[in-house]
Amino acid sequence: MAEKHAADVAELIEQLGHHDYLADEGLATAIFLAIALERPLLLEGEAGVGKTEVAKVLARWTGGELIRLQCYEGIDVNQAVYEWDYSRQLLHLRTAEATGQASGADAAVLENELYSERFLVRRPLLEAISSTAEARPILLIDEVDRADDEFEAFLLEVLSEYAITVPELGRFVAEKPPIVIITSNRTRDVHDALKRRALYHWVEHPTFDRELEILRLKAPQVSEQLARQVAAATAEIRSFGLYKPPGVAETIDWAQALKLIGAETMTVNAADSTLGTLLKYREDQQRVRGVGLEEIVAKAISITG
Amino acid sequence: MLGFEHYAIGFVDALRRTGLTVPVGRTLTFIDAVTALGVDDETHVYWAGRSTLLDRPEDTPLYDAVFRYWWNQDERALRESAVEIETVTIAVDEEEPDDDGEAGDDEGDEDGEIQEVRFSAAEVLSAKDFAECTDAEMAEVYELMNRLRLAGPFREARRSVRTTRRVRPDIRRTVQLALRSEGEPIRRAFVEHGERPRRVVFLLDVSGSMETYSRVLVRFIHAAVVGRQRVEAFALGTRLTRLTRELSSRDPDSALAKAAEAVEDWSGGTRLGDGLRMFNDQWGQRGMARGAVVVILSDGWDRGEPEVMGEQMGRLHRVAHSVVWVNPLKASPGYAPLAAGMAAALPHVDTFIEGHSVDSLSNLAKVVVGV
Repeated sequence: MAEKHAADVAELIEQLGHHDYLADEGLATAIFLAIALERPLLLEGEAGVGKTEVAKVLARWTGGELIRLQCYEGIDVNQAVYEWDYSRQLLHLRTAEATGQASGADAAVLENELYSERFLVRRPLLEAISSTAEARPILLIDEVDRADDEFEAFLLEVLSEYAITVPELGRFVAEKPPIVIITSNRTRDVHDALKRRALYHWVEHPTFDRELEILRLKAPQVSEQLARQVAAATAEIRSFGLYKPPGVAETIDWAQALKLIGAETMTVNAADSTLGTLLKYREDQQRVRGVGLEEIVAKAISITG
Repeated sequence: MLGFEHYAIGFVDALRRTGLTVPVGRTLTFIDAVTALGVDDETHVYWAGRSTLLDRPEDTPLYDAVFRYWWNQDERALRESAVEIETVTIAVDEEEPDDDGEAGDDEGDEDGEIQEVRFSAAEVLSAKDFAECTDAEMAEVYELMNRLRLAGPFREARRSVRTTRRVRPDIRRTVQLALRSEGEPIRRAFVEHGERPRRVVFLLDVSGSMETYSRVLVRFIHAAVVGRQRVEAFALGTRLTRLTRELSSRDPDSALAKAAEAVEDWSGGTRLGDGLRMFNDQWGQRGMARGAVVVILSDGWDRGEPEVMGEQMGRLHRVAHSVVWVNPLKASPGYAPLAAGMAAALPHVDTFIEGHSVDSLSNLAKVVVGV
């Protein structure tokens, strides 16, 4: 399948919209540039603002394969780039031994066999670099802030050359560089060198209008009136300085929960009994109830008419 | 007529003059980006700059102001945004010429003797309260503090290391060894859990009541930041300032000067609870404090509500590995944690120690390392 293109930012917004992702102009520009300039895109922002979703929608739109590398503390080359399939190598050795191939001059041949692509397990980075598909793969490097600094340095090397060397086999160079999306929750600063290499975008919580559009798209069974009230109430609740302000996924959950318990319009009782879908910390729920759900609900209803 | 490049370079230069760091290569990327988008639209130029010239959300207001100033000739934009940063210096005060001038001269003349003097002075000095030290003594104290190092503590890492103990088989090495013995896995290799240094987070109170101590303690933190991996440092005042980057320079004077510049509310008011809340919200909860040793250096004076303090300390304690509170006043005779903030915080503190002298700081180093 040939890769899809967008001629300008407006077209990109439209295309992503067709695939159920509503990007604002800033984010769309950053994505457009990442594709056009063949640079990785570093997305930072609160949890739940839709950073990972960007990579997923790009894969749906361009038709490229989504290759995901979930980072965690202690991740190393064996999990990120490649590994040899040791148990199969051992089995191969034993077979060779049983057939008498393992001795004498055949040993060198045998070793070559063991370290051939047949026993190579491709992990996400190598998979993305060595892809031969027509559409560029989308490489999602998720939560890079969880990995160690040393891993970042290695990542930088891969991302600046789009090449990986496997000592036993040689160098793999990407025919076409993958589209790289890196996400970070900012639990620590990503290394400057990596930032220099990448384009950067800070993803904000959506505005009222955009969140409403998202609700219409992702929770179509919820009435327009209820969706507007949910979007308004969520925006209000985000301004309280909570420990974990609700993300878009929580807003959608809340709207669906309200709909499921039979609310066509928001009431204090319905909001109170479904608050757990929106706020996941006891302290946050207490704070919101302390301000008064009556007030929040009344305000949401009055704003949205 | 001048091309777009000319204006673009001027724009980047204007950003740099307000204190923003923009690497050289970034200017070229910015020009490429605008070329890809088209110069005809102002929002294109704006977003092209946002995604190529910035790399943290804190700089956005500054960028916006400079953008308006440069592309829209809006002179007011810069003034309104209060771009300039107040500068404070933490360097040691100069010795007063009348009192200590002569002593200073003597030191310069004979090297051999000073060594001795310093050595004996060190023992006395290391127990002396910072607040009672003269300026000359402080210089010695700083010398002593530069020798303090944090080595541990360690936690189990995911990465494995080779071992001779039969913990977990290392199949990769076993295969490599088997190859040498014609495919027969005679010698088996093993791995076990490796160790990684646990993250240490310092929260330094820079409010007015801590003034005598905070300027000394920041040196201790500097020594920790440059001496060990995975150390983070923040200043707590009326606002929260991250100092890790500033303190990571090896040269103490330039590191401290940078830190002083970054902290805008040096010797300001005391709202510890709010400061902790900012830390929890912006950094702690997201992961920086998780599994870390958190060291709070403060006298515990807090003009905010004690409930806020208690609540925030509770949050911090729930995510951290351990919480150490260093209080310089603890050494004063008859000290009891009467400050409401301190009292509210104590139930959530694992170790409560003093921090008024070099001795107590080397004790702190031991506590952090996890004795």
